[in-house]
Amino acid sequence: MIAILIRRIISLIVTLIVVSLLIFTVMDLLPGDPASIMLGTSASPDTLAALRTQLGLDQPLPLRYLGWLSGVFQGDLGQSYTYGVPVAGLIAERLAVTIPLALMAVLLSILIAIPLGVQAARRHNGLFDYAVGLLSYVSIAVPAFWVGLLLIILFSSMLGWMPAGGFPGWDAGLLAGLQALLLPAIALALPQAGVLTRVARAAVLEVMNEDYVRTALAKGVSERTAIWRHAVPNAAIPVVTMLGLQFTFLIAGAVLVENVFNLPGLGRLAYQALSQRDIIVMQDVVLFFSALVILMNFLVDLVYLVIDPRLRADAQ
Amino acid sequence: MKGMFALGMMSRRGLMALALAGTAVFAGAPAFATPKTAITIGMAIEPTGLDPTVAAPVAIGQVTWQNIFEGLTTIDKDGKVQPQLAESWEISEDGKTYTFKLRQGVTFHNGVPFDSSVAKFSIDRARGADSVNPQKRYFASIEAVETPDPSTLVLKLSEPAGSLLYWLGWPASSMVEPKSAVDNKTTPIGTGPFKFVSWAKGSKVDLTKNADYWNKSVSVKLDSAAFRFIGDPQAQAAALRAGDVDAFPEFGAPELVKSFEGDKRLATVIGNTELKVVAGMNNSRKPFDDKRVRQALMMAVDRATVVEGAWSGYGTPIGSHYTPNDRGYKDLTGVYPYDPEKAKALLAEAGYANGLTFTIKAPQMAYAQRTSQVLQAMLAEIGVTMNIETTEFPAKWVADVLKAADYDMTIVAHAEPMDIDIYARDPYYFNYKNPAFNDVLKAIEATADPAEQERLYGEAQEILANDVPALFLFVMPKLGIWDAKVKGLWENEPIPSNVLTEVHWEE
Repeated sequence: MIAILIRRIISLIVTLIVVSLLIFTVMDLLPGDPASIMLGTSASPDTLAALRTQLGLDQPLPLRYLGWLSGVFQGDLGQSYTYGVPVAGLIAERLAVTIPLALMAVLLSILIAIPLGVQAARRHNGLFDYAVGLLSYVSIAVPAFWVGLLLIILFSSMLGWMPAGGFPGWDAGLLAGLQALLLPAIALALPQAGVLTRVARAAVLEVMNEDYVRTALAKGVSERTAIWRHAVPNAAIPVVTMLGLQFTFLIAGAVLVENVFNLPGLGRLAYQALSQRDIIVMQDVVLFFSALVILMNFLVDLVYLVIDPRLRADAQ
Repeated sequence: MKGMFALGMMSRRGLMALALAGTAVFAGAPAFATPKTAITIGMAIEPTGLDPTVAAPVAIGQVTWQNIFEGLTTIDKDGKVQPQLAESWEISEDGKTYTFKLRQGVTFHNGVPFDSSVAKFSIDRARGADSVNPQKRYFASIEAVETPDPSTLVLKLSEPAGSLLYWLGWPASSMVEPKSAVDNKTTPIGTGPFKFVSWAKGSKVDLTKNADYWNKSVSVKLDSAAFRFIGDPQAQAAALRAGDVDAFPEFGAPELVKSFEGDKRLATVIGNTELKVVAGMNNSRKPFDDKRVRQALMMAVDRATVVEGAWSGYGTPIGSHYTPNDRGYKDLTGVYPYDPEKAKALLAEAGYANGLTFTIKAPQMAYAQRTSQVLQAMLAEIGVTMNIETTEFPAKWVADVLKAADYDMTIVAHAEPMDIDIYARDPYYFNYKNPAFNDVLKAIEATADPAEQERLYGEAQEILANDVPALFLFVMPKLGIWDAKVKGLWENEPIPSNVLTEVHWEE
């Protein structure tokens, strides 16, 4: 068990270093020079040269990469070209929006998907099952940002119940903050919920035919107990796997949803940094996202070990 | 939600008023009618840093210029130069010595007094060897900055610079003081009527009234102001309707403007900007090196239809690289008016009787894409095939078009005010070279007489209208949408800005 963990952690670090090299090279290949973007259409060549020197862009590529990497290892992510403040601070500020948003979306999608999936499995091939199936396909097919726009039109413009976007900051109160995140979280959660519902339904259906569920039913356990005590826990593995995989989509979705709802999250930071060619911010944010995805997969593996005793035995 | 709370409070107040009416005499307006002293201004683009003297994006000036930062001179809402931190000035006979009498009793927000040494610092910082000032070229003629006494500043020029006073009014020429200058990017310190409070990156910038503001002749009504950044036009509209934002001085989507018409609470104010939408051509590349081809293409374009198709009919057609805001403006749309038959004939004369094919590199912005599509259809009428290639702006456009001039035709809105001189720059992406035009621009700098300058600007406009180095299309409108009770915002934008000095809420 410990050996497996250590091996996984080492491969995790190696993956991250390879990813960092990849990110750095790709960012460098992007057309566009941060200095000319900052100084606009009127800048003279000597001004551009002065700014490039100031930003350290005049140094050779390997040197810049090593400088960046060693900084990252020491917790120094560098200074944003455009904002002029340390990137670490920028990311930290943005996480205060993106993490609660992602958590809310995951929570909502579980709350929607598990009951629906389980009920659909119980009444499979019934009207309810078909209705849930149709709804889940629609929610998968519809992009999150578009759902977001519809939600804004309905709840902000027409009903006036919710702010149309923006984030008041957590110092405005927990409630105000959560309220600002609710619509975007729903927009983000719906497509996830669609996928999860399908997975939960299929997984529950599968274990319902397993011997232990039949045995439980034969023992006289009610169907409800058989499902929630025996079937659902065993159906959890594919659901957790899907949650882990969906995490990547959640982040990709957050970039768009944060833009639609004008939320100052990590996704919007990445988007802005890309258009401004604030390369250092791009590198850091993409590296951070990659690290998060790699870490998520690692955690999913760990959760397997927790929920499936068979895997634990194998590992030993 | 906000609206609901407000309603609830009003009715409660109403009840209280009723209850009180029996015992107290009702005098004057009820408490809730006092004008608001806070405003939230919406902007589409978040500034990158808050120091207009080290980066070009206009959003920086739109937050800071005249609110936080001031200059020796300023530019008023009619585009005219006015004194600001310099009370007055004298220009020597030969136009090479400018002596400024500086205002006394002005302090920066951090308490540092403004004097000639601070002014010298600001100008030297902008023109120095390691300056990263985006408009450094405008300080090139300054040879020496002298400070005979704390309230006198002397600029010695190597050659006359007739536009110097105008340039000194720009955001990039703002006065900054030595101690705080380095940090202005994140915590700007100026002399203006508003002080910087905080910047929640990605969200908003907060300003508060500067109680010690030097200019007592204006009464600043706002106690605080916030700039909120909302990129998506749908979200902009929603924020306006929900009252989350009080004003969007430059609303992003012309096609949504009509949707505000029924809303009595919001006022729609359409003005002019300095954004000249022009389809630049590579004047050194075939077939655009032939003036007749460029003129023919210009005649193939019906500007009114372009404005209709690209920007929902908002915007003013132009015949040269100049806007109605600019001094000495001439309407030159009649030089090469829409005439497809004549255009065809001229193309044939130039040797392209069977038409020609080229590619336009169009940025992803809505105005550029839509205008390109309209142009494509119009040019097809005279047998010209124009392919549209989308180019990411700013990064790829700056690299490919602006710097490498690797393009046939492109389209972009030039944001800088009074930038007709770009056609005299060498190198510049148009690759347009006309010594006669350059001479006119030199003559403008050689005189300090405004009337003479205006005449010369007229001449410069005419040369361009005839030579057609770019297809001159239209000036972007300033689509202002704000709460009808908000007064004092500029209707036009002779310089990109959101000057809050006179903004107030009306009863």
